[in-house]
Amino acid sequence: MTTTALRKAASRRSPSRPAGPRRTAARYGVRRGLSAYGFLCGALICFALFSWYPIVREALLGFQRTNFVGRSEWVGLDNFHRVGADPAFGKAWLNTLEFTGLALLCGYVLPFVTALVLNELRHARAYLRFVVYLPVMLPPAVAVLLFKWFYDPGPGLFNQLLHLAHLPGLNWLDSTSTALLSLVIVSTWMNMGSGTLIYLAALQSVEGELYEAAELDGAGLLRRVWHVTIPQTRLILLVMLLLQVIATMQVFIEPYLLTGGGPQDATVSVVYLMYQYAFNFNSYGGGSALGLMLMLVLMVFSAAYLRLTRDDGR
Amino acid sequence: MQATAPRTLVSARALTTPRGRVIYWSVLVAVIVLFTAVFVFPLYWMATGALKSSGELARTPPTIFPRHPHPGVYREAWQRLSLGRYLLNTLVYAAGAWLLQLAVCVPAAYALSKLRPVLGRAILGMMLATLMIPPTVLLIPLYLTVRDVPLLHVNLLNTPFAIWFPAAANAFSVFLLKRFFDSIPRELLEAAAIDGASSWRILRSVVLPISRPILAVVSIFAVVSVWKDFVWPLLVLPDSDRMTVSVAISSLSNQTPENILIAALVIASVPAIAVFLLFQRHIMAGLTAGGLKG
Repeated sequence: MTTTALRKAASRRSPSRPAGPRRTAARYGVRRGLSAYGFLCGALICFALFSWYPIVREALLGFQRTNFVGRSEWVGLDNFHRVGADPAFGKAWLNTLEFTGLALLCGYVLPFVTALVLNELRHARAYLRFVVYLPVMLPPAVAVLLFKWFYDPGPGLFNQLLHLAHLPGLNWLDSTSTALLSLVIVSTWMNMGSGTLIYLAALQSVEGELYEAAELDGAGLLRRVWHVTIPQTRLILLVMLLLQVIATMQVFIEPYLLTGGGPQDATVSVVYLMYQYAFNFNSYGGGSALGLMLMLVLMVFSAAYLRLTRDDGR
Repeated sequence: MQATAPRTLVSARALTTPRGRVIYWSVLVAVIVLFTAVFVFPLYWMATGALKSSGELARTPPTIFPRHPHPGVYREAWQRLSLGRYLLNTLVYAAGAWLLQLAVCVPAAYALSKLRPVLGRAILGMMLATLMIPPTVLLIPLYLTVRDVPLLHVNLLNTPFAIWFPAAANAFSVFLLKRFFDSIPRELLEAAAIDGASSWRILRSVVLPISRPILAVVSIFAVVSVWKDFVWPLLVLPDSDRMTVSVAISSLSNQTPENILIAALVIASVPAIAVFLLFQRHIMAGLTAGGLKG
């Protein structure tokens, strides 16, 4: 999730360079233009068919009824009304928001604190970096299924550990009160490595003199974090916040593999519902309507993110 | 504590006092223990869990070391779930996506960076704009597209092309490559052009050899993202002979005994961990390749 997020971050840093010397372009003229399009044609075909066309089609699908063969008719806002009337609709949005909130609480603060601590350690750095990133490398399906086994209320690892500590076992995925939290735990475990390493890289660019000066002024450890580290890494913290919101609001694999949306719709997410509409209820229109709503919400974050990275000195 | 280390939150001076040292070492040990427990122990538990019999797996309290290791469980998982075939499938999808992505994105980025055709900026803008669309939102239209490709009217479901083509339309790779090519001095390419080299020849003999670092980053992203992907192969490769290893294991997870499933999870994570061990430096460099660093 974070790699895609990073990609987006990266794309905004595009150094817009002045156009190359006009004269060179003129000299080669048409032939060069033709050869340039020769180099571009593969990408143009791939983007046109598998990126641009689907984007346009998504916008249309939400307002159409598309049957199994792929024939479509216009139905206006019918899909939106139908999806909105689904009792799972409100639940899905609430769950997604709650998941995002909880995931930020764990998955946003934790990597930053971890990076702060790791940055102070002078030993075992390579080991700690390696280990924190290890879960990120695992295929998410493997990580999620592994945790499904840990969550087993009987002999699962987590309840065994709770028993060791003489605490009562939990029902983890089977109880409406802990199911969503269980998803957040897996998600944090398998994603926090990339955030940690990105913050770690950012921390290395904080000027040492600033800490020195703050310390001379009598600032304690926490005040140095608050008045030096956080302002100095402000931009990256904001960018990562937005990217993480965008990524976690699209949560799918965790509910799909762990709970199937249950118990009692407690873990249905918007994307999960979208998937169900399109591929279980055969309603591409309904699914696309949900997708469009999600896109609209995420666009707010994308726009904020765009402004943020545009204003930043290139 | 090395004197050369840059000043961080805590000063080197504070760490040399006896109190500072005690705190430093206890924090260090605590962090190492905690990290090992949180990130390594689950993997240890997985690898050893697969060696236990079903009876031992269900035991309370659990055994830290398998009492009677059954390495045969791994063999059984390999055969029963046909993991060899699924790993090979995944390898084919990842390798093909990687090659096609390079074949498509490298020339495109080169053209946009160095040949600068008419409308080049508009094309780049349209490519980068696709990064703003949340990928899951496009699952449905992309699925319908792959099922019936416009103009060509072919069905790519259950073929590797369903993975390869969408992977090739990767704006992030184009962006990374273009930004790198932008940094190659124009004079270098013009010198080659004066020597009579064609654009293709310049790309092959001048640009590509100096672009190795960015090619490594793009390659790793391409392979890792196909290897990790779940939803897309779940949708477009439903045929049980064509599944990726992630999809196959998850679709068989409900009808497989626990210890065999766990062994399958171990086998599926081995390639990922091996790749990480081999390319660790490139992968970590790639994380910050986007220019987020400072």
